[in-house]
Amino acid sequence: MSSDKFDAGKPVGGLPSPLRRKLLLGMAALPAVGLLPRGALAQALPTDAVNTTKLAVTDSTVKVGILHSTTGTMAISETGSVQAEKLAIAQINEMGGVLGRKIEVIQEDGASDWPTFAEKARKLLVEDKVAAVFGCWTSASRKAVLPVFEQYNGMLYYPTFYEGLEQSKNVIYTGQEATQQILAGLDWVTKEKGAKSFFLIGSDYIWPRTSNKIARKHIEMKGQKVVGEEYFPLGHTQFNSVINKIKLTKPDVIYASVVGGSNVAFYKQMKAAGIDLNKQVLMTISVTEDEMLGIGGENIAGAYACMKYFQSLQNPNNEKFVAAFKKMWGANSVIGDVTQAGYLGPWLWKLTVEKAQSFDIDKIAVASEGIEFTGAPEGYVRVHGNHHLWSKTRVGRARPDGQFDVVYETADLIEPNPFPKGYQ
Amino acid sequence: MTRNPQNGLLGRIDGDVAGILLLAALLVIVLPLGLDIFRLNMVGKYLTYAFVALGLVLCWGSAGILSLGQGIFFGIGGYCMAMFLKLEASSPEATKIQSTPGIPDFMDWNQLTALPWFWEPFHSLTFSIVAVVAVPALLAFIVGLAMFKRRVGGVYFAIITQAFAAILTILIVGQQGYTGGINGITDLRTLKGWDIRTDEAKLVLYFVNAALLIGCILLCLYVRRSKLGRILVALRDKEDRVRFSGYDVANFKIFVFCFAAALSAVGGAMFTLQVGFMSPSFVGIVPSIEMVIYCAVGGRLSLLGAVYGTLLVNWAKTMLSESFPELWLFAMGTLFIGVVMVFPNGLAGLYQQYIAPRLRRPIVGRAKMPAAAAPIIPPHTAAD
Repeated sequence: MSSDKFDAGKPVGGLPSPLRRKLLLGMAALPAVGLLPRGALAQALPTDAVNTTKLAVTDSTVKVGILHSTTGTMAISETGSVQAEKLAIAQINEMGGVLGRKIEVIQEDGASDWPTFAEKARKLLVEDKVAAVFGCWTSASRKAVLPVFEQYNGMLYYPTFYEGLEQSKNVIYTGQEATQQILAGLDWVTKEKGAKSFFLIGSDYIWPRTSNKIARKHIEMKGQKVVGEEYFPLGHTQFNSVINKIKLTKPDVIYASVVGGSNVAFYKQMKAAGIDLNKQVLMTISVTEDEMLGIGGENIAGAYACMKYFQSLQNPNNEKFVAAFKKMWGANSVIGDVTQAGYLGPWLWKLTVEKAQSFDIDKIAVASEGIEFTGAPEGYVRVHGNHHLWSKTRVGRARPDGQFDVVYETADLIEPNPFPKGYQ
Repeated sequence: MTRNPQNGLLGRIDGDVAGILLLAALLVIVLPLGLDIFRLNMVGKYLTYAFVALGLVLCWGSAGILSLGQGIFFGIGGYCMAMFLKLEASSPEATKIQSTPGIPDFMDWNQLTALPWFWEPFHSLTFSIVAVVAVPALLAFIVGLAMFKRRVGGVYFAIITQAFAAILTILIVGQQGYTGGINGITDLRTLKGWDIRTDEAKLVLYFVNAALLIGCILLCLYVRRSKLGRILVALRDKEDRVRFSGYDVANFKIFVFCFAAALSAVGGAMFTLQVGFMSPSFVGIVPSIEMVIYCAVGGRLSLLGAVYGTLLVNWAKTMLSESFPELWLFAMGTLFIGVVMVFPNGLAGLYQQYIAPRLRRPIVGRAKMPAAAAPIIPPHTAAD
């Protein structure tokens, strides 16, 4: 894939006038010509040839699904992903769509309810016959839809960093699996802060538990110590007892994977209890810019977050992405790690379809390996044969204004390893 | 009662039987012909909630015991079935990628290395089917014994059932190595080697479900018609009078509570079979209250009304959320407020008030109108 393809599609911030749109369409056609060796225009690809499994593809359009919670407790987290996916789709349409076909979105609401996710996934695949679905956020929702995607042979682009231990022909994981998020961060904090003892704290479900299992193995393999490990139900708001334990055990690092609304209580109570995050090292794998909005920057300033993307990342791709995102969704919107991963989904799908010259799920599943996206806001990414992304790990330090200063990034892309040997 | 009981009873038998036949025709003929398999499967899913609503008609409508924790029994029934299916899906060959092959995947993720003892009996289908009904009934019996023998009732009972629903949810979520936690038990594949995910299987399960539902309606009708049913109504309206007549009120309440629990559990098991997974989101307070809403929309005194109410609410939920993914919750809220404000006795009340009299007029004739239109909602005087 040549990178000029993305440059042609990149002018996103400009005037939405009809003239400009025509201009963009024209520009979009140019790289498309370059793509097809036989000189055929995208529109010349007959629908019968690119769609042999009766997906919702016509000569001029292709339908895709967006399946996130727009209501319920998860809406606050998932809205960013919806916005990023819609932005990516709008940009792709602006440059001529996929194989000359405009993307039409069918949005469904998972309502923060796993069975609803399964029902809507089935609807998208069986009734609407969408060519791809961008969606899900929590592991529970993904686990609920996975059998549906495997049964009806759909393709899901899943944006969230997650616990690993999964690999499917029918899912592309655009977020990090656990080892990609955890190991490099732990190594960094050991090296930079001389950390020897860790206190693990998380919400009580599969992702924090698996993440902490991997973290514990890694910590103990290096001869360091875990001095405490505590879990709290989702939505828990009383952290006083664990804060006392933290004060008693005096760990070098508090390692936090508390999710959702619990974060607000956790950080406020730590501050109230006199734990100064500028002195006490805290590393979290669950707070992005989105969560910071709720927690309040002043309550968490000084903490380190281990992600693959921060809004403050400085590179040309990200500057364009942030500008386009704010133009579409408002100047006050913030972009977290998962939002960026959501943005990758439609682009990776487009690239894969164009590589495979087909919308067929089986061909996309095979063609996904080795797909490279040079226009990613996080920098260059590549799809691994196990359907996860090669990506960098970055450490950011929380600022009072709700953004992060990037203090560290790995030199190379880290290989995704959803079934890490020795960590299970 | 002032009217001739024999006439009234005959009239009601005709009406009930006609209603059930109509429902059966709708479920077994009209819907399967009119809907594709995807929508039919969804109707099948809605109908599993109707089992809960039926139980509530008896428990709340007839006997006046409002339970806000029917999700507990729906969930336990569903979990019993899911445990069997999960064990079948976790054969050593299918799970060889795990550290410990042969146990369900979520146990492996939670570092369990052997199947817990209470999972062992669920290798047997017979045991599982018995457990689907027996475990919830037993739990309901214990709760009922503790509550009703002490004469706890009304609002207090409703609150305690809510507390149980919350406790069970926390237990399931917290013990994720044994229960699958908040993810629930997912990826269920076959029942005794029969793939339950295929379209044919879904069709078969839909008919099994519909037949079971009709069977349960008949059973409920039988209970309501029996002397037991009359005592239930009596103790709803004047509990002390029944007690002074020499009846042990608590036993009747325990019975109807257990009966409603068992019905809910059958629904839960059918849900697991048709949807292919079970999760704690059916156990908690919110789904339990939703189930009460289904019953209220249908009319809490009418068995058939409960079924139609369940279908209506769920169908509206699906349609609205498909059409307006960002606004549908408001539409649902409006619908519920509308139900309470405009027709507090639900669909059955509307039918009774507006449609039934018109239907009967040509058959029964104007002279007998008052008797035929006797309210299905017995006012307090009905017991006198």
